[in-house]
Amino acid sequence: MDIERRDFLKIAAGSSLLLAAGESSALMRPPKSMPPEAVGMFYDSTICIGCKVCQKACKESNKLPAEHTVIGPEMSIPVWDNPIDLSGKTYNIIKCYKSGTAENKNQEENGFAFIQRHCMHCVDPACVSACPVSALRKNPTNGVVTYNKDACIGCRYCQVACPFNIPKMEWDNPFPQIRKCQFCDHRFKEGKFSACCEFCPTGASIFGPAKDLLEEARKRLTLKPGQYYDYPVATVNSKQKQRQKVAAYVNYIYGEKEAGGTQFIMLSGVPFDKLGMPSLSDKSDAALSEGLQHTLYKGMIAPAAVLAGLIFAAYRSTKNDK
Amino acid sequence: MSEAKPAGGKIVTGPFLFFVALAVIGVIFIIKRYIYGLGAVSNLSDGYPWGIWIAYDVVVGTAFACGGYSLALLVYIMNKGQYHPLVRPALLASAFGYTMAGASIMVDIGRYWQSYNLFLPWYSQVNSVMLEVALCIALYVLVLWIEFSPTFMEWLKAKGLLQTANKLMFIFIALGVLLPTMHQSSLGTLMVISGKKLYPLWQTQFIPLLALISAIGMGYAIVIFESVVSATSLKREIEMPLLSKLSGIIPWIIGIYLIVRFGDLIIRGQLGLAFHGDLKGNFFLLENILFIIPLVILASPAGRNSPRSLFYSAVSLLLAGSLFRFDAFLIGFNPGPGWHYFPSFSETMITVGIVSIEIAAYMVFVKRLPVLPDMGHA
Repeated sequence: MDIERRDFLKIAAGSSLLLAAGESSALMRPPKSMPPEAVGMFYDSTICIGCKVCQKACKESNKLPAEHTVIGPEMSIPVWDNPIDLSGKTYNIIKCYKSGTAENKNQEENGFAFIQRHCMHCVDPACVSACPVSALRKNPTNGVVTYNKDACIGCRYCQVACPFNIPKMEWDNPFPQIRKCQFCDHRFKEGKFSACCEFCPTGASIFGPAKDLLEEARKRLTLKPGQYYDYPVATVNSKQKQRQKVAAYVNYIYGEKEAGGTQFIMLSGVPFDKLGMPSLSDKSDAALSEGLQHTLYKGMIAPAAVLAGLIFAAYRSTKNDK
Repeated sequence: MSEAKPAGGKIVTGPFLFFVALAVIGVIFIIKRYIYGLGAVSNLSDGYPWGIWIAYDVVVGTAFACGGYSLALLVYIMNKGQYHPLVRPALLASAFGYTMAGASIMVDIGRYWQSYNLFLPWYSQVNSVMLEVALCIALYVLVLWIEFSPTFMEWLKAKGLLQTANKLMFIFIALGVLLPTMHQSSLGTLMVISGKKLYPLWQTQFIPLLALISAIGMGYAIVIFESVVSATSLKREIEMPLLSKLSGIIPWIIGIYLIVRFGDLIIRGQLGLAFHGDLKGNFFLLENILFIIPLVILASPAGRNSPRSLFYSAVSLLLAGSLFRFDAFLIGFNPGPGWHYFPSFSETMITVGIVSIEIAAYMVFVKRLPVLPDMGHA
C-alpha cells in the first residue's frame, strides 16, 4: 500500500514542478487571432470636435437613461447631459484632456484633445475568458463581444478582468445587469451599424471591417501635417468625405497590439497615456490565466489521478481505524 | 469514532447573545441589500467590483475553514491516526466556514436568482477560473457536511446508518482533500487575469501555489486556535501534547511558502518594490513578517510546548495568510486613477453578521453534539 502513497506524492510533486517550470510563456496558451469578418471602429482624436452627438446617439439607440451630474466651478450647476464616466447608464463617452492654457487642439503642452471611450472588443477578451457562465461571448464571425443577461450571475469577475475597466454594474438596481457597448449589434440586422459612428459629423468615429480600418489608420500616419485629406464619414468605405487639414499624429495605432489587439483602434495627436489609455502588453492576460488552468486541469486527468491516490490512502487509513 | 462527547452547558450565554445581536444587525443590512441593490449597502464600484465580501468572507473565510482539509491530509492521507480527536471540531468549523462563504456569495453576486446557471452545462465556460472555484466550493460544502454527518447519526443513535456511512466515508475523505487542493489554489489563480491591475508583488503565476501552501498552513493554525479558544471558553484542558506535535509541521510549511514567495520575486526582479516605503511595499513586509514570526517561534521545542506561544504563533500565521489574501485582492489591486475603496459600515456589518452566525452556531453545536474530544472529566 505504500506504493500508492508514494505515487500520490509523486503526482502532487509533479504538478507543483509543472508550476515551478518558470518561464511565463511556457504556460501561456497561444494568442487568439482576429475573426474572419471582424468589424471594428476607428476613432481619430485629431478630427473629433467634442460635440458628443455620439453619446446622444448611443443613449437613444441603446435606450439608456440620462445621467444627472453637476458641473461648473463649484459643482453647482445640475445637468442631465454630462455623464462623468462610463457607467451602467452610459456605454460611450467623450472625455477631454486639457493642459495649461489649453490653447491649441491636438497639442500636449498648453493644448487639449478629446478621447472616445467604450468597449474595445478585444481580439482575445479577458472578460469572456473570465465569465463562468458564458454571459459574455465573442461572436466567432464578426468578433463583437456581447452580453446575455439571462446567463449572467452578477459575479463581476469580468470587471476585475477587463484591462480597460469597461463592463459596468448597475449598483443601484436590486436586479442589476452588467452593461457595456456591444457595437450596436442589435442594429446590424436592420442593415445599420454602430449609432455613434452613423451620427458622428466629422468622421472622427468610423465603422467598418477591422482590416480596412487598420489600413486607413496606417495611411493617415503617412500624411504630412498641414496637408489636406478627405476623411471618410460614418464608415471607412463611405463615399461621403470631409476635407480637413491634417494634424500632427503620434506615430502609434492604439489598439493594434494592446492586450492582444482590439477591434476598436485609435489615432491621436497627444500621447495615449495622457488621454487615460492604459499601457498594456501585447498579450491578453487571458492567455496566462487559461494556460495555468488548463495545464493543471487538462481533461481532468491530473485531478482524477490524484483522487485515485487519495481514495487508496483514505481507504487504508480508515480501515486501520476499525 | 465515539471518542467525542457533547461539551454540555447552557446555550444562552452572554457571548452567545452578543453574537446573535451582531447577526441580527447583519441580517437587517442584508435585507436592505436585496431591496435597494448592492450600491445601497456597500462602497463597491466599477473600479473595485470586489470588496471585503469576496476578499474576507470567501477568500480568507474558506482559508480559515481549511482545518478539516489540513487535518484530513495528515490523518487520512499521511495516516497519522493520533491526530484523530482533532478532526471533528475542525470539520465542524470547516463546514460552517464554507457554508457561510457560500451564503456570502449569494449576498455578493448581483444576479443571485440565476446562480444555478453555474451548474448548467450549456452555460458553463471551462476557461473561467471562477467556474472551477464556484463548482469546487459548492461540491465541497456538500462533502464537508457528509464528512460531519456521523456526528448527527451518533447523536440520533442511528447505528445502522452510521455503520454504512463510516464504511463509505473514505470516498468523501478523498474528495474532501482533492476539492480544497483544487479551489484553494484556484482562488489565487483568480487574480492572474487582472494583469497589470494587480501590483507585481502579488501578480505572479505562482499565486496559485502560494495560495494553496498558505491555506494548508492556515488550516493547522486554525485547529490550534480553535482548540485553545474552546478549551479556555469551555473550561477544558488544552490538548497540549497533540497540539505541540501538530505545530511542528508549521515551520516546514511556512519555510516552503517563503522559498517560493521570495524565489519568485527575486527571479522576476521585483523584490525591490518591497522596500519603496509605500503602502503596498509596507503591507508586503508586514505580511511576510507575520509569516516569519510563527516560523521562528515554532522552530524551537520551547515555542511548541507553551500554550501561549502556540496560540500567538497560530494567530500570527492566520493574520499572515489573511493579509496575503487582502493584499492580492484589495490592497495590491489598482484599477487606475480615480478609484478608491474602503468598506462602508453596512458592508462591514454584513460580514460581521455572517461571521457571528457562524460562531453562534458553532457554540450550539459543540455543546449539544458529540464534537469535541472526550477529556474524561469534561
